[in-house]
Amino acid sequence: MHIVVCIKQVPDSAQIRVHPVTNTIMRQGVPTIINPYDLFALEEALRLRDEFGGEVTVLTMGPPSAEDSLRKAQTFGADRAVLLTDRYFAGADTLATTYALATAIRKIGATYGVPDIVFTGKQTIDGDTAQVGPGVAKRLGLVQLTYVARIVSLDPQTRRIEVERRAEGGVQVLLSKLPCLVTMLEATNEIRRGSLADALRAARSVIVKWNAQEAGVEDIAKCGLRGSPTIVKRVFAPSPRTGKAALIEIGDRQPAEAVIDEIFKRQPKLESDLVALARGF
Amino acid sequence: MTGPTNTPARPSAGRAAAKKELPEHFKAYKHVWVFVEQERGQVHPVSWELIGAGRKLADKLGVELAAVVLGPSGAATRGIVAESFCYGVDLAYLVADDILADYRNESYTKALTELVDTYKPEILLLGATTLGRDLAGAVATTLLTGLTADCTDLDVDADGSLAATRPTFGGSLLCTIYTLNYRPQMATVRPRVMPMPQRLENALGRVIEHPLAIVEDDIVTKVLGFLPDRDSAKSNLAFADVVVAGGLGLASPENFQLARQLALVLGAEYGCSRPLVQKGWVTSDRQIGQTGKTIRPKLYIAAGISGAIQHRVGVEGADLIVAINTDKNAQIFDFAHLGIVADAIRLLPALTEAFRRRLSPHSRDRIAS
Repeated sequence: MHIVVCIKQVPDSAQIRVHPVTNTIMRQGVPTIINPYDLFALEEALRLRDEFGGEVTVLTMGPPSAEDSLRKAQTFGADRAVLLTDRYFAGADTLATTYALATAIRKIGATYGVPDIVFTGKQTIDGDTAQVGPGVAKRLGLVQLTYVARIVSLDPQTRRIEVERRAEGGVQVLLSKLPCLVTMLEATNEIRRGSLADALRAARSVIVKWNAQEAGVEDIAKCGLRGSPTIVKRVFAPSPRTGKAALIEIGDRQPAEAVIDEIFKRQPKLESDLVALARGF
Repeated sequence: MTGPTNTPARPSAGRAAAKKELPEHFKAYKHVWVFVEQERGQVHPVSWELIGAGRKLADKLGVELAAVVLGPSGAATRGIVAESFCYGVDLAYLVADDILADYRNESYTKALTELVDTYKPEILLLGATTLGRDLAGAVATTLLTGLTADCTDLDVDADGSLAATRPTFGGSLLCTIYTLNYRPQMATVRPRVMPMPQRLENALGRVIEHPLAIVEDDIVTKVLGFLPDRDSAKSNLAFADVVVAGGLGLASPENFQLARQLALVLGAEYGCSRPLVQKGWVTSDRQIGQTGKTIRPKLYIAAGISGAIQHRVGVEGADLIVAINTDKNAQIFDFAHLGIVADAIRLLPALTEAFRRRLSPHSRDRIAS
């Protein structure tokens, strides 16, 4: 079985800082990580490989430095890593990204064997769109199984796959067929500690690097900024609400009493609402 | 749709300078559509919220607002069409076929893209739910058009373009995104971000029925079953009247219990900011903000939360925001209504005790006397 896992190198968002005066992102020194949601996809792929045999190829699109994330994925046990990097890919929105990734996955299929499953995380922590997985599936003509909480069963012979998919208010149980694209839900598994052998292999491994042409891109106008139907017109910090928070004057009251007094002064009806609510519990 | 936009060109906004003329074949695209999401006959409330938002856009553009209803044949689906008129749409597109009884990406993508290709809307809005996101990504890719996820504000520009605003850079800034030269302009919005519109009784509208051009044998995926969540597994956070949340200022998982205790006394739901979920102190269903729940309570108490934009967009619909933070320059004081510069770890237990006294029936009599 051949499994492709799409990952993304993202800034460790908890550490992003915005310049207080210019409202620009201060990128210097922000560490990068593998998008945490992608690790659930990678672990699921590794488990399937361990059970059924085959290979796991990790794929990312990004600047040359995204190689770090691919090498990290190899320390967990990925067999092969492909880096899609070209200045033509820069500035891609989700539609242009899916074009580049789908093209590269076709090339991976032609070179190393057609994938049976393509995995992605449910979304990234920097874009938060959850659009790239479905877009790649659509471009490759794969069945898409999103927000998968559990792969119930998989039979490589009959090519049947049964999954539990997170829906609103419950879980959908779906029976589908390979090849398919699966986006994994978070907290569905835990990424393994890679073995020493994997770490050594990752350190020595050669990352496959493709530019747009090598990846098989036929129409460069579909890539990057040029291939993006959406444009970002304005980036800004929201203005403070007119009149910032009124700071509560404590005076000679207990601080807690002062807070409660001010709350009820602002919203007089709240007191009776709260009494009713509190009685309900 | 010609003419310059009102937005001044900025040197930093390189992509904005790429404004071109809308291709001729897209000029026929008119009207605003809202996809009405239903599963097993239950409409997701986000659909009505989107109809409220869509109404404003349609009125500003001087066009019609339509609901798109996909579902099995029968009275339940037609009831949803009737209900969407009550929330304010002018007309509804209906594809009723038993193949659409359960949500499946293949059949729903087929039905929705066919409708778009046939009737050509300029704007298409969907809820940012597991269903809506699954469908929107597939439909936008099939149509090769732009899709902006998780918008917190929707507006139309002077030239009639959809201006979709959403948090960016992990929720540290906002950005406004346009789909200038493609149609439809697609956007998703999370539940509770837009207010619920007024429901009118006995409203009527036109219904346009369209057949489904796919048969069961063409669909690979079959639905084996649906396991509803146990009621106990659901938190009522998004719909609670009172919410107490804690952030990194609480400093430890043990101290987070102080926020929960206050919530308990108030009969409130408890929540947290994103870092606490990332640290594993609180489960993700309790996260408030852009990537968690959006809340619209009467009272929101934020204890030890700094107020990053991604949190702000999830709480701005609250009637009264009370912030407790030791840092008087914390961003939360930019959008809270009431603030107190104090250590939440010390103030929360005192608040819990003081509320307990105030809200118990006996003490209320005493206060009243």
